[in-house]
Amino acid sequence: MSTEAAFAETDRARLLAELKARIAAPEASDARLLPFGIEALDSRLALGGIDGGGLHEIAAASPTLGDDAAATLFVAGIAARFADSPAASIAWALTRFDLYAPGLEQAGIPPSKLLYLEARDETMALALAEDCLRLGSFAAVVAEVKAADQTATRRLQLAAADGHTPMLLLRRWARAARDPNEKPSAACTRWRIGCAPSARLAYPGVSRGRWSVELVRQRGGNPFSLILEACDDTGRLALPAAARDRAAAPVAATSRAA
Amino acid sequence: MPLWGRPTVLIERVGQREMVTAACPVALGLGLAPGMAAAHARALVGDLDVQDADPAADCAWLDRLALHAVTHWTPTASVSGSDGIWLDMTGASHLFGGEPRFCRHVLRFLARLGFSGAIAIAGTPGAAHALARYGGAPITILPPSTEASALAGLSIAALRLQPDALAAAARFGLERVGDLYPMPRGPLARRLGLAAVERLDQALGRAAEPIVALIPFEAPEVTRRLLEPIGTAEAIAQVIADLVDDLVLVLQQRGLGVRSVVLTAVRVDGADRRIAIGASRTTRDAKHLVRMFGLKLDRIDPGLGIEAMHLTVPHSEPLGARLGDTLLPESGDAPDLAPAIDQLAGRAGEQAVFRLTLEQSDVPERAVRRAGPLAAASGWPAWKRPVRLLRRPEQLSHVVALLPDHPPRRFTWRGKPYAVTAGDGPERIHGEWWRTDRELWAVRDYFRVEVEGGQRFWVFRRGDGVVPETGDLSWYLHGFFG
Repeated sequence: MSTEAAFAETDRARLLAELKARIAAPEASDARLLPFGIEALDSRLALGGIDGGGLHEIAAASPTLGDDAAATLFVAGIAARFADSPAASIAWALTRFDLYAPGLEQAGIPPSKLLYLEARDETMALALAEDCLRLGSFAAVVAEVKAADQTATRRLQLAAADGHTPMLLLRRWARAARDPNEKPSAACTRWRIGCAPSARLAYPGVSRGRWSVELVRQRGGNPFSLILEACDDTGRLALPAAARDRAAAPVAATSRAA
Repeated sequence: MPLWGRPTVLIERVGQREMVTAACPVALGLGLAPGMAAAHARALVGDLDVQDADPAADCAWLDRLALHAVTHWTPTASVSGSDGIWLDMTGASHLFGGEPRFCRHVLRFLARLGFSGAIAIAGTPGAAHALARYGGAPITILPPSTEASALAGLSIAALRLQPDALAAAARFGLERVGDLYPMPRGPLARRLGLAAVERLDQALGRAAEPIVALIPFEAPEVTRRLLEPIGTAEAIAQVIADLVDDLVLVLQQRGLGVRSVVLTAVRVDGADRRIAIGASRTTRDAKHLVRMFGLKLDRIDPGLGIEAMHLTVPHSEPLGARLGDTLLPESGDAPDLAPAIDQLAGRAGEQAVFRLTLEQSDVPERAVRRAGPLAAASGWPAWKRPVRLLRRPEQLSHVVALLPDHPPRRFTWRGKPYAVTAGDGPERIHGEWWRTDRELWAVRDYFRVEVEGGQRFWVFRRGDGVVPETGDLSWYLHGFFG
């Protein structure tokens, strides 16, 4: 009798644990999952990669235009890796055109894969992005906006899940004192990208850029931050090699650079 | 004609010579004639207005006239050569009150358009052709079976002979059409060619020469008249769907696809409401067309109600039948972007959807050109380029830099000082001297710099630092690397 009770008890405990695990596990959509190929990054993502059927928000760490460019390249790199088949296309919705296409090509998006959608205002840009997601003809959809409230992000998230298309929302700083990550959002992951000092070279020149990549929030996982090397011409990030002279004296570096 | 103030001729370049192809009445009166060398004409008349001939525009006018003839005068009409129109008036002239009245009507019509003309009506196309051009009278109406006598006095060129046949005829002393009548056919064919004999037979009615009629293109159009005026969005959408189904049937029968469609809604109060959609690629997909109209449905103001709707196709292109998708193996994973682009352009406007492609220029802001959404885009050379570019370069102040070819060590931009930790360059870009004189010697030296904190900028200095004409050595910030 007692053994039976004990058995039932363990059974119940096992069932409970199973259910808990099922609730805790983040539900991945059946769209494509894109790992970064960097163990330190993928292992800390709840799904092990970027969900191809979800909304991902990327913002610059500071209102400077340099950080903004880093965030743009981070987005371009992810989009380029989603659009790796030769016939794939990317839609990029924006309101104020200041992208430079040769720079995007050097992040892995050739001009034949990129379709620009220049909207009158941000509402229109978000509507165009949602259209692109639902059409399902694009490998990735990028939109750059300053403001997107909970409703707008929820709509994008649902459209991305319906269309099995990754939505990359580039949040640009509207004002210097207003972090775009303050407001709540329905995104799967929210990133904050900033520039970091790169490794010094032994000769005059600029080495591969470095970014501070911070995952502010993710569904079913914890936030973290990393220093990574900027994406190369196929959109791939890399882990910086452990540098001996990490804290090189800036005076010496300046004299070498000049 | 009052149109011609100064004597005017049109010239065309033939090989090395410039020939007069047409002369206005004033110029004709002064002794200039088509076929003259342009230099000769200029020498004869001092105040001569010489303009280039435009044969393509002439052809376009003739085509339009022929279309007008088909729709207004007779069903069988076509363009004849580069300067005439055939009209088969069989059974049609009585509609205009007889042949003489018809001819006067046509000449008046041409005069209103600013043309002069000559008309000949004869039993055979060849005779009419000859009499209209060589008869000398503006209106010639030939009684039946008198072609031989009417043509006998005309020059042999009236028979539409080839140039070599004409040259041969001149050698044999044959000048008039009448000279050919007594000649035996065998020797005539040997001397002037069989084609000349055939032309003669056609003019005299011994050989048939049918006129291949021009068939006017009618734009596909479908119409639905409604029993009751409608006003709700659902009803309008239903009618649009029905109209599109009708249109697709018409298009399938004629092997056409649409590039643009105009929907006209006729309201009870007589006002028309129009919406137009465009397709980036020829299509006759009913679902796609209905979806594109659905995007613009809110622009139809039904007012008191709509009593009829028309769908017209101003721009259509041939579209053959296609194989069903199920018959084909999976042809790659490339989704067709055209429907998506149509929908996006319908929402945001035609100009909003574009690609960027290479423009052959080294100056960064000129290296990018907007192209259509379905155009092929080509990439740029692999020089390091920033991902965002300022609309116009912003000047830096307090720049400390070694001349001539070192990146700056520190600079101030938008009131904030930056210390440079690493720099790369210069990449020298010369001005495009063929555009403006200001760029004749202009030089920009571009540097890629990283400042403290890791931000990367694209800065340039005007001038190469050695020759003063190349620039004033001021520094500018132009773009941002991530």
